[in-house]
Amino acid sequence: MTSLYEEVSVTPVGVPVRRVTLTVNGERRIADVEPRLLLAHLLRQAFKLTGTHIGCDTTNCGACTVLFDGRPIKSCTMLAVQADGHEVETVEGLATASELHPVQEGFKEEHGLQCGYCTPGMMMSAKALLAENPDPTEDEIRWALSGNLCRCTGYQNIVKAVLWAATKMRAS
Amino acid sequence: MYPSRFRYESPRTVEEAIALLEEGKGEAKILAGGQSLVPMLKLRFANPEMLVDINNISDLDYHRFDADGTLRIGALCRHEHLEKSAVIAAGQPTIAAAAPLVADPIVRTRGTFVGSVCHGDPQGDWAACMMALDGRIVAQGPAGRREIPVREFVTGPFQNVLAYNELAVEAVIPAPRGVPHGGYLKLERRVGDFATAAVAVALEMSGGSVVRAGIALTGVGGSTLDAPEAAASLVGGPLTAEGIAQAGDLAAAASKPRTDHRGSASYKRHIISTFTMRILHRIAESDERAA
Repeated sequence: MTSLYEEVSVTPVGVPVRRVTLTVNGERRIADVEPRLLLAHLLRQAFKLTGTHIGCDTTNCGACTVLFDGRPIKSCTMLAVQADGHEVETVEGLATASELHPVQEGFKEEHGLQCGYCTPGMMMSAKALLAENPDPTEDEIRWALSGNLCRCTGYQNIVKAVLWAATKMRAS
Repeated sequence: MYPSRFRYESPRTVEEAIALLEEGKGEAKILAGGQSLVPMLKLRFANPEMLVDINNISDLDYHRFDADGTLRIGALCRHEHLEKSAVIAAGQPTIAAAAPLVADPIVRTRGTFVGSVCHGDPQGDWAACMMALDGRIVAQGPAGRREIPVREFVTGPFQNVLAYNELAVEAVIPAPRGVPHGGYLKLERRVGDFATAAVAVALEMSGGSVVRAGIALTGVGGSTLDAPEAAASLVGGPLTAEGIAQAGDLAAAASKPRTDHRGSASYKRHIISTFTMRILHRIAESDERAA
């Protein structure tokens, strides 16, 4: 019995694979993948970047959101082969060794999470928003995060967390 | 969830893509934005033998107006590009109104306008806009290009008239004969849900009169519905309160809603009438201000 992990990281003999080269959180990565492998599974199971969560697996919830060439995408709805030659950023790419990213700090300061399952996707969408719009209104934040579902918080503190991050990022 | 196994190809040109479709003999599927196809692959509603990924074809990501006002939208133009486009905001009000309402912001970064029309989902927003605007799809196959009016393009839920070896390369919106006005209103239970009901309106006005009108309905039938009588009732005169009310009634009469978990049939008919009138009143007000 092969585990799910083995199934994707060690492709069965005779199954055609494609070599992909991509940049993940600034590091160049190479992988041989079956075309049907989803980007979310490449990140989580082959690269062990388990910060990207799979929630609904049906393109609804946004938990698996990562940045693809800087724009948020649902990594459960893209094939890993499609990332060949592209840049991917996951939640693991936000913090440096010594410092949290302002978006992460905002979620901590404003208590923007309860169970935390949606949080990585929320933070990646928030990062993309702030890159485009450094001073968003509350409405603009709600709009930008409307593809990310949270079942715990009622969104109030998530919006506050992004406002907090925006203020901090503008000040620095 | 995993899709079934398939052969994956990523051609660099439209001609290569068409050759692959030809080779696939009907078992190949085009992958553009993938925001409907990939979920269907995962659910195994779709099991193509080959996926032809067109994302690496460089000259399909555009939207532009020709000198005569014809709008052309390439096969890789994402919803987000239309949502944020200054030329769309200035020149095509129906599309400008619908773009921010398609799916959710993350899906909009990836999904494409042309792909959405090809997908033929009765609840897709773009097919209704295309119908209201008299749009056409440009299909390219081994024998060259042909243009297909959107009314003939979608033949039913998730069905279109493309031959197995044809690629939809572009959507064309004809140049308006007057000043373009329009809108799109959608009722959804939450962001990203399928439409409970939605209305697309496109008018062209000249000298205070409506010279062309299109009204199409989303989510209230087995496919996108045209409301030609509602549209025709507006043509040839100015927008009046009585005319707007009549168009609302005619649009509701053209709808064929079914009662389901999103609402009763009579509720959906009411929404169609209300949205049609609301868009037309807004147009009447903006036209008065402009005059």
